[in-house]
Amino acid sequence: MPAPIRLRELIRTIRTARTQAEEREMIQKECAAIRSSFREEDNTYRCRNVAKLLYMHMLGYPAHFGQLECLKLIASQKFTDKRIGYLGAMLLLDERQDVHLLMTNCIKNDLNHSTQYVQGLALCTLGCMGSSEMCRDLAGEVEKLLKTSNSYLRKKAALCAVHVIRKVPELMEMFLPATKNLLSEKNHGVLHTSVVLLTEMCERSPDMLAHFRKLVPQLVRILKNLIMSGYSPEHDVSGISDPFLQVRILRLLRILGKSDDDSSEAMNDILAQVATNTETSKNVGNAILYETVLTIMDIKSESGLRVLAINILGRFLLNNDKNIRYVALTSLLKTVQTDHNAVQRHRSTIVDCLKDLDVSIKRRAMELSFALVNGNNIRGMMKELLYFLDSCDPEFKADCASGVFLAAEKYAPSKRWHIDTIMRVLTTAGSYVRDDSVPNLIQLITNSVEMHAYTVQRLYKALLDDISQQPLVQVASWCIGEYGDLLVSGQCEEEEPIQVTEDEVLDVLEGLLVSNLSTPVTRGYALTAIMKLSTRFSSVNRIKKVVSIYGSSIDVELQQRAVEYNALFKKYDHMRPALLERMPIMEKTATNGPTEIVQTNGETEPSAVEPKHPPPVTQPANQANDLLDLLGGNDVVPVIQTTMPTKPASAGGELLDLLGDLSLSGIPPMTAYNKNGLKIDFTFERANPNPNIAVITIHASNSTEAEMTDFVFQAAVPKTFQLQLLSPSSNVVPALNQGTVTQVIRVLNPQKVSLSMLTYTHKGSPVQDLAEVNNFPPQSWQ
Amino acid sequence: MSLTTHFPLCFLFSLFQMQFMLLFSRQGKLRLQKWYVPLSDKEKKKITRELVQTVLARKPKMCSFLEWRDLKIVYKRYASLYFCCAIEDQDNELITLEIIHRYVELLDKYFGSVCELDIIFNFEKAYFILDEFLLGGEAQETSKKNVLKAIEQADLLQEVRHRMKSK
Repeated sequence: MPAPIRLRELIRTIRTARTQAEEREMIQKECAAIRSSFREEDNTYRCRNVAKLLYMHMLGYPAHFGQLECLKLIASQKFTDKRIGYLGAMLLLDERQDVHLLMTNCIKNDLNHSTQYVQGLALCTLGCMGSSEMCRDLAGEVEKLLKTSNSYLRKKAALCAVHVIRKVPELMEMFLPATKNLLSEKNHGVLHTSVVLLTEMCERSPDMLAHFRKLVPQLVRILKNLIMSGYSPEHDVSGISDPFLQVRILRLLRILGKSDDDSSEAMNDILAQVATNTETSKNVGNAILYETVLTIMDIKSESGLRVLAINILGRFLLNNDKNIRYVALTSLLKTVQTDHNAVQRHRSTIVDCLKDLDVSIKRRAMELSFALVNGNNIRGMMKELLYFLDSCDPEFKADCASGVFLAAEKYAPSKRWHIDTIMRVLTTAGSYVRDDSVPNLIQLITNSVEMHAYTVQRLYKALLDDISQQPLVQVASWCIGEYGDLLVSGQCEEEEPIQVTEDEVLDVLEGLLVSNLSTPVTRGYALTAIMKLSTRFSSVNRIKKVVSIYGSSIDVELQQRAVEYNALFKKYDHMRPALLERMPIMEKTATNGPTEIVQTNGETEPSAVEPKHPPPVTQPANQANDLLDLLGGNDVVPVIQTTMPTKPASAGGELLDLLGDLSLSGIPPMTAYNKNGLKIDFTFERANPNPNIAVITIHASNSTEAEMTDFVFQAAVPKTFQLQLLSPSSNVVPALNQGTVTQVIRVLNPQKVSLSMLTYTHKGSPVQDLAEVNNFPPQSWQ
Repeated sequence: MSLTTHFPLCFLFSLFQMQFMLLFSRQGKLRLQKWYVPLSDKEKKKITRELVQTVLARKPKMCSFLEWRDLKIVYKRYASLYFCCAIEDQDNELITLEIIHRYVELLDKYFGSVCELDIIFNFEKAYFILDEFLLGGEAQETSKKNVLKAIEQADLLQEVRHRMKSK
């Protein structure tokens, strides 16, 4: 059997392959040879074969059949074998497979080997890929080596210990004694790895952190020596002595100084010294400065030091090296909340970075710019940010648009400016605007009452230009549906009113319905808008026709809407004006605006009273007129008994989901029901801030000697107004007036008459009763 | 760069750690891969493929750092080879550049004016040097001289044909 070819020869051969197929053929041939060589248990060439396997593995070919061979190499006495064996183990063995555990014994032996380079191999492998089980088994050996005087081994043991602690945090304690004198070492390798070990321990355990705080003076001293000492050729990097160690010490100081006044004070001077004396012409100096800045910002440093740190970052921003600019922006982003004013001073430089060619720098500059926007600089900043929005990559547009909306909402100097800004975003980045922005914008527009005419006009004109950007189209449709009357009457004050006829408007909306650029959601908006115009325009017949056409649309959503609107025309025409009335001012819910990731289903249409909102209109036709016909089996309780599911971005939901302050309004209470010992009183309040909503609290009390269980109060109301029944305080009305059950009802525009149905169980038998409540005080339904 | 996929949980255990280092050519051929976190072969291949593509797509004027999934990638091109490290959120990118540079210097000193071919034909040596410089993703020795000395000694040991006995 000829000797297997040498590694380098194989590499040379494989590189001559001109196609992937050729390469694969060579590899397969060689793998076959290697496999048979493995089968023959050839000790002499095992090393060479595994090395070749590793090369082929790097090219992407499978090499798992070499795993056991690596283990055999590790177990060999030859150093060459061990070297390749351990390398193979690190490359081919996976800690998830049990095979790797076979290594444990070998590693244990090698950790105790007489040759430090063998020990080194073992430590390296363990520290690189040791599994939790291996770490548990071998932690003791590592701990032993951590105490050796051989610095070559000590430094490796320290990093190995770091790995052990990462894998098995409970073992951290056992390394504590060995850390005692680590920092007294002169050897930089040991010092560096010791600092890494201490850092790891402090990060993981508050107790360790407290314990190691006493090392601060020693660390400060070491750092000082590094800075003050003369040129040391062994550790010098561009005139700086051991930058790696300096950075690590700074990092450990950061962790030790955080939330601790004394430690922070102890390191104050050295930080100032490093910050002012470090050479900044090369990357290495800036690396140290960067770490220093991070430390200063994190510990309890005095304000002078903090300002120094921010100024360093400011200088970084002007550095030619884009890497430096990048880290500056990252750091400023972290500090902008806590040191806002200091960062503001660098605002113009930051804004300039928006024009940088580098994507990462641009992103950071954008985030930072938004963080710096305030009432004073809003106009200038918005100009820059809108310009950025125009020209930036698509990956930024969504975030930028959201940021603009949020900033505009917070700091808009005027309503007109606000609307204009929104228009600008919708027209330039309309397709990237997030779905949840649409309802938010609609709410905003609704609440800017004096701008309605201007807004609808601008949106209409935008639609004439471009109907491809769905968010824009949706907002525009909604506004036209709502304020179409203002549009055709030419009432705009802010700018020259345009002349547009009802037919032209309807043309545009119908155009949206048929355009294949429109999504189903948009079509829904358009259809509803057209419907709403039936109470604002005079061309009702045209609208009726459109609506009836879509009654047979393939799109189920559209079809349902059309069918219901048809029904509105045919059977409920008397309700149509009220239903399609102008929207009232909407409340802002607790959730924020555009940047909130709200899962709207896109279908949520923010019109106040949709016929298909509960109660469903598909109920029998006599429903509306036969409120009192409870025995007809119709659902008398279309009204929800518990709180409505929150749809924070939906206007329909918002009307009912207002748990704002309630203020007593001086409406006298009334007794709504008093029968068989059950008395129900109503007390009234007006919801604040929406005074159109009456908040009725029912108080149910029971004067009989037995309690009433399973008490349920339900109310039925005509569908012209909305009612929301919140959860009762209890289902049991205690006997003998010992307590009351309360329940809150929120009603929009309560009428004179309403119907209640009560059910409860009294002395074992169920009771049901109906009551008509018609003695509402006049003030409650004004 | 979309962040739709997530790394396995093992990545979230520390704040400062180099997770892996990759060396690859301008054509995207892998020359060295050092992983400091446990991942399956399949995952490693996927990561390598994606990252290589991402880095090769970068223009020369761009900075050496990019965000990729939950990690920060620090990369630098030396002649025809890209040196690429993945570090964690709290790590110092600038010092990582120095780590990369130090490794290149070590290779250069060892091979004498190192070029890609040296790394191709002596990949195992490149690994040995890396393993004398970094351990578990951290620098174990900050003196160039000491690293090279250790490698030299270890190489000498390889020459020794006698069996060595353990303690």
